[in-house]
Amino acid sequence: MGNLRTYTIGFILSLLLTLAAPGFIWLHGYLHHAFPTHAMLGALFVVLALLQLFVQLVFFLHLGKEASPRWNLLAFSFAAIVVVIVVGGTLWIMYDLDHNMQMQMNQEYNVFEEENIFPNASLN
Amino acid sequence: MHETKITEDRVTFGFWVYLMSDCVLFAGLFATFAVLRGATFGGPAIDDLVNMPFVLTETILLLTSSFTVGLALLAGSAGKKKLTLLALATTLVLGLAFLGMELSEFYTLIAEGSGPARSAFLSSFFALVGTHGFHILAGSVWMLVLMGYIAAKGLTEGNIRKLVCLSLFWHFLDIIWIFIFTFVYMFGAI
Amino acid sequence: MLGKLTLDAFIHGPIETGAQVIVVLAALGIIGLLTYFKLWKWLYKNWLTTVDHKKIGIMYIILAAVMLARGAMDAFMMRAQQAIAVGGNPGYLDPAHYSQIFTAHGVIMIFFVAMPFMFGLLNLMVPLQIGTRDVAFPFLNSMSFWLTVVGAMLINASLVIGEFAGTGWLAYPPLSELQFSPGVGVDYYIWALQIAGVGTLVSGINFLVTILKMRAPGMKLMYIPIFTWTALASMVLVIFAFPILTVTLGLLGLDRIFGMHFFTTDLGGSAMMYINLIWAWGHPEVYILMLPAFGIFSEIVPVFAQKRLFGYVSMVVATALIMVFSFVVWVHHFFTMGAGANVNAFFGIMTMVIAIPTGVKVFNWLFTMFRGRIIFKTPMLWFMGFITTFVLGGMTGVLMSVPGIDFQLHNSLFLVAHFHNMIIGGVLFGFFAGLVYWFPKIFGYTLNEKVGKWAFWCWLVGFLLAFIPLYALGLMGATRRVNVVEPQFHPLFIVAAIGACVIAVAVFLQVLQVVVSFVQRKKNLDTTGDPWNGRTLEWATSSPPPMYNFAHIPQVMGRDAFWLMKNSSAAIPTEGALRAARLSLTPSLGHSSFTDIHLPKNTPMGLIIAVCAGLFGFGMVWHIWWLALLGAVASILFVFIRAFDEDIEYTLTASEVAKIEHA
Repeated sequence: MGNLRTYTIGFILSLLLTLAAPGFIWLHGYLHHAFPTHAMLGALFVVLALLQLFVQLVFFLHLGKEASPRWNLLAFSFAAIVVVIVVGGTLWIMYDLDHNMQMQMNQEYNVFEEENIFPNASLN
Repeated sequence: MHETKITEDRVTFGFWVYLMSDCVLFAGLFATFAVLRGATFGGPAIDDLVNMPFVLTETILLLTSSFTVGLALLAGSAGKKKLTLLALATTLVLGLAFLGMELSEFYTLIAEGSGPARSAFLSSFFALVGTHGFHILAGSVWMLVLMGYIAAKGLTEGNIRKLVCLSLFWHFLDIIWIFIFTFVYMFGAI
Repeated sequence: MLGKLTLDAFIHGPIETGAQVIVVLAALGIIGLLTYFKLWKWLYKNWLTTVDHKKIGIMYIILAAVMLARGAMDAFMMRAQQAIAVGGNPGYLDPAHYSQIFTAHGVIMIFFVAMPFMFGLLNLMVPLQIGTRDVAFPFLNSMSFWLTVVGAMLINASLVIGEFAGTGWLAYPPLSELQFSPGVGVDYYIWALQIAGVGTLVSGINFLVTILKMRAPGMKLMYIPIFTWTALASMVLVIFAFPILTVTLGLLGLDRIFGMHFFTTDLGGSAMMYINLIWAWGHPEVYILMLPAFGIFSEIVPVFAQKRLFGYVSMVVATALIMVFSFVVWVHHFFTMGAGANVNAFFGIMTMVIAIPTGVKVFNWLFTMFRGRIIFKTPMLWFMGFITTFVLGGMTGVLMSVPGIDFQLHNSLFLVAHFHNMIIGGVLFGFFAGLVYWFPKIFGYTLNEKVGKWAFWCWLVGFLLAFIPLYALGLMGATRRVNVVEPQFHPLFIVAAIGACVIAVAVFLQVLQVVVSFVQRKKNLDTTGDPWNGRTLEWATSSPPPMYNFAHIPQVMGRDAFWLMKNSSAAIPTEGALRAARLSLTPSLGHSSFTDIHLPKNTPMGLIIAVCAGLFGFGMVWHIWWLALLGAVASILFVFIRAFDEDIEYTLTASEVAKIEHA
């Protein structure tokens, strides 16, 4: 159970973390793509999202503050693992499928060179 | 009473577990969005859909409503019926405002021919954002009914227990929105 | 007004019409019998409105038995077709009809036989094993059951009104999309599973909360029976895997109703995404079924070897590992569908790894039997049938986990033999064993041993005859889901058909066993509540247990809680010692100190909510939008009404409890 302080801190932090994302986009444009770079923006977004997740879990949902046994925390941890497996696994699998199922327009496609495997190396 | 404390503990834990299953549901929708994100089939792509002031307003509306539902729970646990109802009403108004903005976004898209049947990307966009919106709608209906019961019967143990569950639900929906905001809109803006 | 529903939906070919007639006659027959014997009020009061986990468990198993009849009929029809459709003979089932039959067979067997059977056994035994009065949410338990029934009834409705899907039990797109399946079959499939799926998810939460929060005092997690551990692991899988099914079928539904493009062949859709998601659910699903079956054997082997379970801790760890790993193997269901070597290698290796904790379990059971004094009664026979066939089938699974080999065997009859080996030899034998083992506890009398043994042997021989040939056929190149047979495959198909007949005899014998046992019940009454000299708490109650399970919630002192209680008061548990043990299950003593017991009231709400959901489902299938809306709104309305109902409990006074205990 929280109190007015925890909810207010959580709210303000979340607000800042929310506004930071478009803030960085603005900075990216203002500095003519110099900083943050395109790739850095992506990483920043992820970090900001995870930070806000953590803020809201702790300050709004009081996760981790329950008495032992901490079933809520355990359930959340397992859910997080499954989410990572399902989303991450899906992305890996579907990207791999896409990559391997593309039509090879290039007649000089050599699967051994593509996949960096040399089974006939000893014959040379 | 000892027994109702035990019941509340089971009910709120059970509800928390349901929310964890809902996380996996949204994971499936996020995965689908990630995979079909580029399948625009000649139609609009995600960067055509992002309107920064619009989505920032939506986000702040929902975030504030998550704050006010927390206040409602504090007031309810302290036995302050009027304050609880006021906080819940504020939450409801903010939530419905969010929903209204989202519906107008959908309507605009559909009216210009970029509805969910236009491409796989749009299907996945509408499914992900729309499912979240549907959850907000369900939560709003629940909130309205609960407000009615609190107004009529007061802050009984049962009503407070339902308020705890509702606030968990509402916070969870704001957390999901963080990820929609980030991975749909922010990534779409760059 | 009635959407796509016209009188045409009722008109079918000769075989379907025969099935239609049987279904309608059966339904009318049941209604007629109930009316003739004036049983409606009894049915309503005691069964339709019950929230008692024991009664709900029995109803789940009856549902499973009824749907088993339909699923088995589908199997026999397929085997008959395969026995005759050789060398140009088309048989009596055309491809379209045949595909509906194998689809219905798979859907019914997994969702409406195996799952209800499992939830039935969980319902019956988990609260008793952990020493509590009911599950955490008795009303939701009832609602979950009726939602499952409604799903089953939608599947049965598809037999009479319209058609069923012809897509296989997982309804892969693009075949399941509107373009290639314009009829209502796939819609029946989607909505039946979505409705039953809600019931399953809610049950998963129910049992998880029950096991974590309602154990008897002193019962630490490391003291709970292995069956309860496997139930816990299975429920975790339900909670975290079923939402994936909900999403996937939901998106398919959106494709079909609103013309969206998640899995279509055009406008950017990706059919492989469906296959990826559906198996991300599908693999945990098979472990959802398998783990409780393992748990049942972990209960039976110690009792019938008269020796403590070997390696309790390693059993728990193995269960947890299987639970976690079941989320990282799903690509082995589609090795051949385009992924590169790295992806296939990872998932192939993980599939091999998951066999290791399963092996640990096998060795633990064998080590339990070693130097035990084996009692060769039916439950033990089922275990021995399981351990031989399941290990064989498991090895064929490890064989196919090698992607290179799987490229030869994917979608062949070898695969079909493998998964039937797992599900029949593993899941079904386990559930049958549990049914025979726990039958006396539920109904108060033991089953006839002789007929039970015949049934077991017929099942084992029948299964081997019906499925070992399929391993050979798969290696010879025979493909699954084909309604005609090439001449060189025919002899083995004949053997398989004979096996199917033997299984039919086995099922008949099981029904006979129940009937004979009922007739002979007075001679086989279980008066002590402990017919097998059991080790766990469910045997501490009378048979059948009173409504509230335990008059005094037991104080648990360690693993095999009941065994500890029995052996602390007397060397050999006599009937008197057992009664004394039962009565002294709390620190306070004697049979005079009963307390008031609060129980949940019966309610028709679970049934009502489910029926409204059924109307919603039927409306969605036939595009009768007003009906769908009405059903959905009514369903939600009744949920709210129930949620805000404060008057849901009643009290059994101490004197009433005393009267029941001393009867």
